This record gives sequence, structure tokens and C-alpha cells, in this order.
Amino acid sequence: MSQTVVITGIGIVCPMGNDVETVWAGMMAGENGVDKTTIFDASTFPTTFCAEVKNYNLAEHIAKPQLHKHCNRASGFVLGAAAQACSQAGIDIETDEPTDGIDRTGLGVYLGAGEGSVDNENFFNAIVQGWDDRAGRMDWAAWAKLAFGRMQAQRELEQEANMPAGHLAILTGARGPSRSCLTACAASTQAVGEATEMIRNGQADIMLSGGAHSMIHPLGITGFNRLTALSTRNDSPETASRPFSKDRDGFVIGEGAAVIVLEALSSATRRRAKILAEVIGYGSSSDAFRITDMHAEARGAVQAIEAAIADAEINYKDIDYINAHGTSTSENDSIETLAIKKVFKQEAKNIPVSSIKSMAGHLIGAAGASELITCVLAIRDNMLPPTINLHEPDPELDLDYVPNEARKAKVDIAMSESFGFGGQNNVVIIKRFEK
Amino acid sequence: MKNAGVVITGLGVVTPLGLTMEQTWEGLCQGRCGISPIRAFDPAGFTCKIAGQVPDFKIRDYVPKSLRKTAKLMSRDIELAIAAAGQAFHNSGLVTKGLDEGNVTIEPARTAINIGAGLISCDLVELAPAVAKSITDGKFDIRKWGKDGLQAVTPLWLLKYLPNMLACHIGIIHDIQGPSNTITCAEAAGQLAIGEAAQVISRGDADVALAGGGESKVNPIVMLRQCLLKRTTENNDEPKKSCRPFDTKASGSVFGEAAAMLVLEKADSAKSRNAKIYARIAGFGQSNSLNPEYEKLEPDGKGLQIAIEKAIEEAGIKADELDLIIPHGTAIPHDDRAEAIALQNVLGSAVEKVPVFPTKSMLSNTAAAAGALDVVIAATAIKMNRIPAAKNCDQRPGWCKLNINTVEQNKNIRYALCCSYTYGGQTAAIVLKKVEQ
Repeated sequence: MSQTVVITGIGIVCPMGNDVETVWAGMMAGENGVDKTTIFDASTFPTTFCAEVKNYNLAEHIAKPQLHKHCNRASGFVLGAAAQACSQAGIDIETDEPTDGIDRTGLGVYLGAGEGSVDNENFFNAIVQGWDDRAGRMDWAAWAKLAFGRMQAQRELEQEANMPAGHLAILTGARGPSRSCLTACAASTQAVGEATEMIRNGQADIMLSGGAHSMIHPLGITGFNRLTALSTRNDSPETASRPFSKDRDGFVIGEGAAVIVLEALSSATRRRAKILAEVIGYGSSSDAFRITDMHAEARGAVQAIEAAIADAEINYKDIDYINAHGTSTSENDSIETLAIKKVFKQEAKNIPVSSIKSMAGHLIGAAGASELITCVLAIRDNMLPPTINLHEPDPELDLDYVPNEARKAKVDIAMSESFGFGGQNNVVIIKRFEK
Repeated sequence: MKNAGVVITGLGVVTPLGLTMEQTWEGLCQGRCGISPIRAFDPAGFTCKIAGQVPDFKIRDYVPKSLRKTAKLMSRDIELAIAAAGQAFHNSGLVTKGLDEGNVTIEPARTAINIGAGLISCDLVELAPAVAKSITDGKFDIRKWGKDGLQAVTPLWLLKYLPNMLACHIGIIHDIQGPSNTITCAEAAGQLAIGEAAQVISRGDADVALAGGGESKVNPIVMLRQCLLKRTTENNDEPKKSCRPFDTKASGSVFGEAAAMLVLEKADSAKSRNAKIYARIAGFGQSNSLNPEYEKLEPDGKGLQIAIEKAIEEAGIKADELDLIIPHGTAIPHDDRAEAIALQNVLGSAVEKVPVFPTKSMLSNTAAAAGALDVVIAATAIKMNRIPAAKNCDQRPGWCKLNINTVEQNKNIRYALCCSYTYGGQTAAIVLKKVEQ
């Protein structure tokens, strides 16, 4: 029989704050985490702002940071988020002799996580050393001389996308099934969904799922700027992320990590863990359309939403709240709205839909899990986070986007949507837990 | 048996031994080695100057005419994966949009894709002209980059290097609309992707899946990383003899490039269409190696052992029922030793009799592709009733009790085990079972 899967812990480090309650309070107040870029000198880039994690010190979250001393930004964030989530769930960390009664071979890790930044100074200067621009050729020996002389092995290793998951395993002693995936902006929703399936079919009792990513590095911003995907509203960073607004001009890049403890109901009951919500549905699809564009008729998005609803064995009318992918790009917000209208038909306008990317920015690989955490909190408090900066509605986009102010509403079932570059669509549905 | 109903019906590869499975298998059986001096760039300043490189091919030959303009968005990793994917579908007998648009036999929405991919490093030569516009006093100047250099980068540059683009391009070519995932667990990625794809089918979310891995390590920045981590051999003089898994003269791994793809299918639908079945995916296990020296497997191999034990348990067999083991066998002495300990603990007294066939001495360490390539080879060995001779495994170190298959043999292989692990800690194991047809 398939196991019921519940959530017993949540933790987050994001541009709105470095713990769950600070982040949630900020969202309830409609604040935002966007400001000038400080991680590197972006003053001449087409986009000079982003949503950075601020005042983060790993040593405030864990006791043995020396086991993670080379870790990149995303790995550092995910350790802090996991420490919070494990504390709430009652999972011992940083010990060889846990007393939490959890079999480590039943404890796994599944993250949607991204690359670490390259070693920028040495990466670029090695090219400067090696490249003969007139001849149009690289002197690899000159390149290698600088690269081998200055680049550091551990710094290079930590760029690998599976390292955040590796650090989490060391933190918790997890010996269960572990994977890391990277399906662009849909990665951590996919990680939560697949981790849920692992528990359902008995491969694991508990999964530390979620995401970790920081693309706020020169090559990341270069890539997104060249794709013209980022907002360039440099004179007003805090209002730049404006999902569903008529004058939206691109997304605002953020960074962070979100960890969700998924657990078999039988395990949570046995441990008397506090249950925050139940995961009832997961749907996944691909557009198979274009590398650069979403399917114009929202085919893949509709398929993923319908698959999640079918998996949850509910009627679409039962859904009380949709946490949108809502990136603030022209294309996503239009096609996502179309997808919701196709699935929810005449009900579409009655279901509140909001995007926390208006406040936290777009956490890329970590976005979906951080958004699912806000769904857990929406159910807990019967409060909806707003879509801020929505002052000029797009006449084509006429759903209830919870504009500008948080709202009280009965929320028993919430759905989180994530759509990634290249056409991966992932949707997770959670429900208030009732014994 | 959770994956009792999932079988392998198609195989496709591009490897340092050839552009097809036939060439690769023949190469293995002849003891050929695909390792040679690096051609893609001048490796003079590198400590390791050799690699396993795939023979030249034209990506145009693998992409339908209507999509040819997307070829300029393909990094080497993507090209390799596309070339292998088309062969796998062709080999399965299923017809996709990419093979014959008018006679498609798969149902796109019920077809999944799950690919193990690497962290694709960018082409430095492509980036260099933009860097050249961003120099002040002989050094890189980020402010000039933001203003001038960045504008010289081709607009869709980023899309060549996102790991999920292997799956996206293949999905577009073959019209795969079901669940799509990209596993980024480095050298364990290929087998983890195959395991997940089997689960997607067995839980009912797809009827058919394309699964596997593709990666090229023949890139200066990637090769540099492995050299700095001291995972590579410095024995450059005799490329064919340089990669020596489980051998006293082992001196490090040799990296390379490949893609290996499998078509997985529900057993009953494969049978009902009279498909050729290579093997059944009988067991899948995964765990973590917990070593704060993240680039090394734990000395006792425990996290790998747990994965192997889970896979064998799920297959419902005892370790002594295995007829073939393809280990990860990187030829990094520390890691080979830890892997040998894990396998020896699992096998117990059966260690004497189960043949072990490490493949990297001939195929090199192809990272995210490697684990999938080993599954493809195991499936072929099962079908051919044959285990090729391991190469460069001339003298076992004292710690190695494994029965390395140094002489080619014909053998009825009922169960085969493949295992893999990666820096960062994830481990994976898959048990294949022969299907009598």
C-alpha cells in the first residue's frame, strides 16, 4: 500500500530573511528583499540589482561549520535551512550517535540544486592570459599556467551541483536514497514530488527535500541578461518584480535554500512529530515544444496541473489557493494564467493566485520549495501572501492575484506550480492535515 | 520487487570506442582502448594529457531537418546525448516523431525522460572575445565586462550550458511530453536517472521512458578540476595502458566523454508488441557515502555497500546468484580500494566466483554517462551470453579479492550488478535480470 506523506519540518534562507517566521512576517507585510547587487560589481551590467540573502552566517545555524568550510553560497544556505527544518521535525544533526529514533538508512536527501559560482577572478584572468584576440586563438599552456597556479581544488569541487545534497548528508548522517536534480526553475518542486514518491513506495521513511541555488554571479547574470529575461528597472529595484502587472519587464533574480522534511505518516505518528501538512498530489510533464519558449497553448502546464489534481484524488474546485510560478516575465505570467483558466474553467476567477517572487525574487532551483513552504504557512495561518507591485493590472490577465496586501482566507488545500526553462512543468498539492 | 514490471528494450551509445553499440561492444570484446592524447585542446600545461574521446560525428545527422537550426544551441554534452537517444529509440523498435513523424507508435504524454547530466562547462574559446573587450592594465575588469564584454556574448549563450537541456532537446526531437528530469549527481547520475525512470514507469506515470546519461569531460575547465583534485593519472606516455582499475600500478583515472541511453518499458506492453527484451530492471538501490573529504569515497565503502545491498534485496536474490558485476572502478587507488571493500562485504565467500568486469580502462571515466554506459554493457552481455576480458588489470593489489574477469568468457548471465558513486557522496546500484524469450 502507498504510504501517506506528511510534512514535519520546514526551513528557509532567502532574501526575505534567514528563518521561516521572519520570511513569513515580511510577506504578510508585503515587504521585499530586492536591492542593489553587492555580491559582485554589477554596476555596469544591464541589470544592477537582485534579491540577495543578507547577513547570513552559517556558524549561527550549525555547530560544526568546519565540516563544510569550502562550501559555496547555496550549500551554506541549505545547511541553515536544514538545521531549522530538522530542529522542527526532531531530527538530530551533526552527531554520530543520534537519539531521535530515526533509522539513517530510511533517511534520504532529494534536492533541486544548482551550480556554484566559478572562481571569477581566476576564471576570467586565465582567459586573459591565454587568449590572443588578433590571432583568435587560445594558448592553452598560458591558460593552464595561471589556472593550475591559482585555482583551488576544493573551490572547484564545490561548484558541482550535487554538493549541496552531499553537505546535507554529512549534516544529518542520511544513508537513505539520495539524489539531486536540476530542471531549471522547476527543480525543487520536482525534488519534493519525487521525494514524496520515494516515501509513498516505501524506499524511505523521511526525505530532506527542497532546493538550493544562487545564480547571482557574473556568468549567471550575463546569461539571463543576454536572454533579456531579467528586469532592467534599475531606478526602482524594489518595484521591479511585478508579476501579472501590465508593465512587467522580466524577473528579478534571487538566491536561497528551502528544506522540507517529508515523512511517512506512520513514521511521524510513531515519533509523535508535529504534522504541518499532508502532500496529496504531484504532477510532472514536459512541453516538448521549444528550448526558448513555453508552449503557446500551455499544453505542458495544463498537463502537469491536471496530473497533480488527479494524483491528489480531488476535484479542481477543492483547491483554495494557487502559489503561482509568477516570474514577472511577459510570457510566463500570460501562459500560466491561460493554464489556470483551462484547468479551472469558470472557477478560475474565484481562486486566489499569488506570486511571492514579487517579494523574494526568483530563487531559480530553490524557488519551488520556498514557495511550497509558503503554502504550508498559508494553510497554518489561513492567510494568503500577496503579489506586491501589482498596481497596473494587465487587461489580459484577470484572475485574483491577491494584489499588494496579504489576505485572510480559509485555506485547506494549496497548490504550488513551477515551470522551468526548456519546458519542465512540476506541480505539488498539499492539504491541511486531519487525523 | 518494485520494478518487476520494467524492462530494457532499446540501447544507444556514442563512446570512445565508436558511434554505435555494435562498435563499442566489438571494441570491448577485442580489448581495444578508446583513450588517446587530447585533441579538443592543447593539453601541454595539464598534468593529465589524455582522454577517452568519441570519434567525430555530425550532429546534423541526428537532428530532424525542421530542428537543424537548434544545433547551434548544443554544447558537446547535448550533441552526445542526442546521438545516443535516437539510436536507443531506433533499437527499441518504437517509433518517435524524431524517427518517423508519420508513423509514431509512442504516446507522447505517456513517455518520460530522465537523464544524468554533468555540470556543463562553457566553451572558453567562445567566451574569450568577450573577455578580450574587458581588460584594464592586463587584467579582467568586471565593469568593462558589464558594459562591453557581456554584449559580445551570443544572446542564447546560457541555454547551451543548462544541464536540463540534454533532456529538453531530446524531448523536443522525439516529442516526449511526460515527466522529464535531469539528475545532476556527477558520476552516479546515470544510474540514478535509470533507477528513477524505472520508478516513474512502475508507479504508473509513464509507459515508456528514455533514461541514461551524457557528458563530456574533454573540456579544459572540467579537466583542470579533476587534475587539481588529483583524481587523474599523470601517466601520459602510454595512453592505452594508463587507466588501470584494481591494479597495483593504478595511478588515477582518465576522463572522457560518452552518452548512453536506454529505452525502458512496461514489461507487459513490451511483450505484447513482441519487442526484443535485453533485461529486466530487477533491483535499484541508493545511499550516501559520508566522507567530509567530499572528493573521496569513504574508506570502508559503507554508503556504496548499502546501495548494492538494497539493489540485491529488491531483486529478491542473494549475492552469490550474481553472474556479473560491473563496478565503478575509476582506477583511483583510494576509491577502488573502498569499492572493493564494499563489494567484498556484500559478496562474502561468493567473491571467488562472481566475475567482475571494470570498463573504464577501455572507455575512460565518462562521468554522468559512465554508470548508464555500464548498464548498457551489462544488458548487452546478458543478451550475448558473454563477458569481455578486463584490460590493464594485470596484478591485483593485496586488498583486492575481487574475481576480475581477465579472460573473455561465454556465460549464461542470469543476474548482473552495476554500481557507481560520486564525489559529493551519492551512491547507486542496479541489478539486471535476464528475461528468457
